Amino acid sequence: MVAQTEKVSVKEEEIPLKAIKAIKFSILSPDVIRSMSVMEITTSETYDEAGRPMVGGLMDRRLGVVEPGARCETCGNPPDKCPGHFGRIELARPVIHVEYAKYIHDLLRTTCRECGRILLTDEEIEKYSKRLARLRVRWKLLADRLIERIRKKAMERTVCPHCGAKQYKIRFERPYTFYEEKENGVLEKLDPMKIRERLEKIPDSDLELLGWDPKFARPEWAVLTVLPVPPPQVRPSIQLETGQRSEDDLTHKLVDIVRVNEKLRTAIDSGAPSSVVDQLWDLLQYHVATYFNNELPNLPPVKHRSGRPLKTLAQRLKGKEGRFRGSLSGKRVDFSSRTVISPDPNLSINEVGVPIDVAKILTVPMTVTEWNLELARQLVLNGPEVWPGANYVIYPDGRRVDLRYFRDRRELANKLAPGFVVERHLMNGDIVLFNRQPSLHRMSMMGHIVRVLPGRTFRLHLAVCPPYNADFDGGDEMNLHVPQNEEARAEAKTLMLVQNHIITPRYGGPIIGARQDYITGGYLLTRKDTFINRELLMYLLAAANYDGEIDEPAIMHPKELWTGKQVISMLLPKDLNWVQATAIKESCKDPYNCYTDEYIVVVNGYMATGVLDKKSIGAEQVDSLWHVIVKRYGNDYARRWVDSILRALLRFLDLRGFSMGIDSLEMPPDSYKELEKLYEESEKKVLDYIQRFREGKLEAEPGLTVEETLENDVTIELSRVREAAARVAERYINKDGEAYIMAKTGARGGSIVNITQMVAMIGQQTIRGGERFKRGFIGRTTAHFEPGDLGPIAKGFVRSNFKVGLSPLEFFFHAAGGRDGLVDTAVRTAQSGYMQRRLINALQDIYVAYDGTVRNASGSIIQTKYAEDGIDVSKSDHGRLNLDEIFRRAGISR
Amino acid sequence: MVMSEVNNVVSQEELNNVLVQLANILPPRIIDELKSKLSGMKITREQLANLVKILVDEYYKMLIDPGGAIGIVTAQSVGEPSTQMILRSFHFAGGLREFSMALGLPRMIELVDARRKPSVPMMTIYLDEEHRSDPNKAQEVAYKIQLTTIENVAKSVEVDYINSQIVIEIDEDELKQRGGLSMEDVRKVVERIKGKGAQVEIEGNVIRITLEEADIIKLRRIRDKVMQTRLAGIKNVKKTLVRYKDGEWIIETEGTNLEAVLTIDGVDYRRTISNDIHEVAEVLGIEAARTVIMRELKKVLDQQGLDTDIRHLMLISDVMTWTGRVRQVGRHGVVGEKESPLARAAFEVTVKNLVEASIKGELENFRGVVESVLAGKYIPIGTGIVQLLMEFE
Repeated sequence: MVAQTEKVSVKEEEIPLKAIKAIKFSILSPDVIRSMSVMEITTSETYDEAGRPMVGGLMDRRLGVVEPGARCETCGNPPDKCPGHFGRIELARPVIHVEYAKYIHDLLRTTCRECGRILLTDEEIEKYSKRLARLRVRWKLLADRLIERIRKKAMERTVCPHCGAKQYKIRFERPYTFYEEKENGVLEKLDPMKIRERLEKIPDSDLELLGWDPKFARPEWAVLTVLPVPPPQVRPSIQLETGQRSEDDLTHKLVDIVRVNEKLRTAIDSGAPSSVVDQLWDLLQYHVATYFNNELPNLPPVKHRSGRPLKTLAQRLKGKEGRFRGSLSGKRVDFSSRTVISPDPNLSINEVGVPIDVAKILTVPMTVTEWNLELARQLVLNGPEVWPGANYVIYPDGRRVDLRYFRDRRELANKLAPGFVVERHLMNGDIVLFNRQPSLHRMSMMGHIVRVLPGRTFRLHLAVCPPYNADFDGGDEMNLHVPQNEEARAEAKTLMLVQNHIITPRYGGPIIGARQDYITGGYLLTRKDTFINRELLMYLLAAANYDGEIDEPAIMHPKELWTGKQVISMLLPKDLNWVQATAIKESCKDPYNCYTDEYIVVVNGYMATGVLDKKSIGAEQVDSLWHVIVKRYGNDYARRWVDSILRALLRFLDLRGFSMGIDSLEMPPDSYKELEKLYEESEKKVLDYIQRFREGKLEAEPGLTVEETLENDVTIELSRVREAAARVAERYINKDGEAYIMAKTGARGGSIVNITQMVAMIGQQTIRGGERFKRGFIGRTTAHFEPGDLGPIAKGFVRSNFKVGLSPLEFFFHAAGGRDGLVDTAVRTAQSGYMQRRLINALQDIYVAYDGTVRNASGSIIQTKYAEDGIDVSKSDHGRLNLDEIFRRAGISR
Repeated sequence: MVMSEVNNVVSQEELNNVLVQLANILPPRIIDELKSKLSGMKITREQLANLVKILVDEYYKMLIDPGGAIGIVTAQSVGEPSTQMILRSFHFAGGLREFSMALGLPRMIELVDARRKPSVPMMTIYLDEEHRSDPNKAQEVAYKIQLTTIENVAKSVEVDYINSQIVIEIDEDELKQRGGLSMEDVRKVVERIKGKGAQVEIEGNVIRITLEEADIIKLRRIRDKVMQTRLAGIKNVKKTLVRYKDGEWIIETEGTNLEAVLTIDGVDYRRTISNDIHEVAEVLGIEAARTVIMRELKKVLDQQGLDTDIRHLMLISDVMTWTGRVRQVGRHGVVGEKESPLARAAFEVTVKNLVEASIKGELENFRGVVESVLAGKYIPIGTGIVQLLMEFE
């Protein structure tokens, strides 16, 4: 790699900053290696007895210095200024660069062993090079494929068309050994010297046909004659507590190389027998190879004294913790904080509660102006211990003062003048980024306004739990980042603030919204039988921050009473008209003629019928009351509206009280008889199937075996009972019970199924996506059954419910089914995580250009208009332009 | 009063003119919806003017902003719901027995991987007007499609090693059930074995194949070969199922062979499709493959009850197909063919990518996102796309 920047002149004062414009990749030629090196490493010793770096050793001061106080002997700079300088090792014999071995093999097979020309006729060369030149201009991918074809073609030749020499097969033994297969199978080893000679003979023009760029990568450079030695900055040694020095893995490796290289040189110079030389040569090859990559096939990795394999160059770059993914694509940051989260319904959805202890550590740089001079003085005076205070003061000349160790803060405060920068504590109204991992979508990191609060946790509003996928039972933690400059704060405020993400770009509906208790509260408040006296009304409207007129009470005498719907109506915008079905909708067809509150009808901001529930104010519900408010009145209004209405709903529920007990699962004895009968009938049916199967009377369904048919029939029958049991449960369950209310309104517990499981029947337990249990003992699931028992109980059917409890066997099957589910979840998260990483990597460069086209990083057009209509999903109405709404606004009605 | 109102009503001609003009601004889908909404409606000029104004305003408000990092939004919009996918088991029980469809996360991964063969290859065959309304006629077509081999219609197969003989008894009921085949059809097919060192005799519904010289291995080979011999139908189509869907009878198959099916009489070749992306790309072309990827992804998400806008799936399929070939989302496709060597190295197989970049003398221009992050530059997307700066005095 050679960075294409101008030569940097390192002066004492300052190292000039340059932006990288481009990087050209190439192989370092020996000449380049020598010219960029400041010295040759001549000894394997690193330090002398006194602990000073050896001259000519791997820690030579000319390579650069890392210890504080020392000066680099090449550039004269202290460690923080010296960038380090490369050295070199002159290898006694050339060795192959392992990572290039495969490409060397390709070249040896496609070029002549005598003359070095590519194994193609002149006509072919002519034809291909023309075509290649044409493709290279515009169609890089096609050029790559043509090169592949050329290679294949050249490889087939056995006689050189240029000099007529016979070509032998080249055998490549990983990782770096080459043989030539002579007549009658005699293998002749090709040593790096011979290989280098052959590669040198290949003319530039032929290399181009094989995909090499000879200007920057002559193939003989892939056979090393001189090895660059990176400066100590790349391989710093660490001082242990014992005062001992511990060297970096790379240094260890380089020491090995230098040592073997020395030995090899003396062996050659002293005219040692060739077998000794070859052996040392091979050892050198091994060390150089593992210096590049210590995970080569067929090679034992070099181990540290402790037995840990050394981390050499390739290992430093590779993988999740490697340089690319671990240090360059992702970095650790300052001005961030992490702690447990907890709920606070009294915040706004775009606020975050920050503990005082955190606010005293995170800082915001505040430039002192004449307008905030007084504030800045007070902050400095308060210092780092008192919130709101400041931790650092930066003078106009760039000097930085740590207030923790500053004696006279009063004097400093008086010195403050415009141009100073005060790094003050985090304060109310600051904008921060708030994030919960895994960050699966952009709503996983949103901008929040700070509210400094007592306590030790980050507080967030419950309505923003869905986008973060957060809850408060597992000890979730979240991260907080403080933008440090005006540009970042401006972007955070205009683009990232919570209210700008109420509508998700995934499907164009609100992802933020009510959940759980809010929904229960909404339902109970707006129910027909809820009446509210003046005191409670004031309470609720105060909670909602309402400052408008109070509607006339629905009942005037003997006591003034308001309905819950009236409370909601007062909070609704006065020009809102809206009709929608509720979650409790049963049989009503006409919203205007339904007297059971199954439809919400809002006329000019007056809620005439219906109840609030998941369908109308819930999160992740499209075409709901809440969705319409966001769309029609804008993000900021929607934020304020949801803040106030949710506070009111929760206050109502608080005062009313809502807790689920066993009594909300009460059912009359008759119902249990009914359930009993249901199960018995069904069991009889199943046993009948099994009987028929045993007698061989069961007919196989097309495409299935008889066993599968039986399994299928039984499964269908058993799921039918559970459904029947669900109907019985729904008929008998107390409709005013808390469990039923929560299930029906969508506040908690998915659907009525969960109630069925509590009061009636848990049903079939399955493993691996819907199969009945079948393994365990031979022919039976556990030792409690006869072999071959195919009945419901023996295969994991649970006829009990959670209320009465499970039998030991049922409990076992239920636990097994539960475990299978957990394992499945764990496996799937890994799979979908990798899929998402690949999707992100493949699509991250794609953007909308100014001309409305969709392009990738190279500027190629992917779509001529985004998604054929150019509509941004997050600005759309569930992915559409709502014509009905537009007609209504244009004053056109049917 | 009445007169003026009548005069004020927009005539059909005027309306059409307005619609034609609007078509320059609004996408066809919205124009169509507008047309059907306006048909038979009487509106005044003022109303129409008002409508057009609001409509165009609203449309412009909804347009995506230049610089929008739509790729990332798309990847997230598809990746995020995939974490929520579950194998909803007991939802399937009951009703018609269907093929074991590969759905959920595995199918999704299969699609973005652009695997050579789907784990459950399927075709949805639509029928022409004559056949689509009658289940019996549809079944006739299905028989022509479903592969029937001797094995499917054999009642019993015996291998007599002593006499070097294979005795196959054909189930004639089964023959009839599979589209009215007869022993004559069987004879035609089986007799092709003749002359390869074997004699074939057919008596009633029993086939005897006698080897001229005793050779157990050959005997077995011949048996396998005979069993796999095609009687009717199309290669690879293992099962067919005639179903009623959206007001017409269609055929669903397990196993695909689109090229052959399209030539069958009675098949509506305009709508018939396979779920094998590569097959569709080969038979119908890359645009069709794009549509198939999009639809299949949508199918997986719909089946899981997950809502993701079709626009995201469009972008994914476009990225996979815009080069004219189907490319995988990953190191052997979209990512592997990126221009930037650093972007490739940062994804997977780091060392190999760097080495190859050096051989080819590649140039890193920092035009994408990862590369820019690596080098500490602004990313060329979103607010980073802006290159105009205001000059302050």
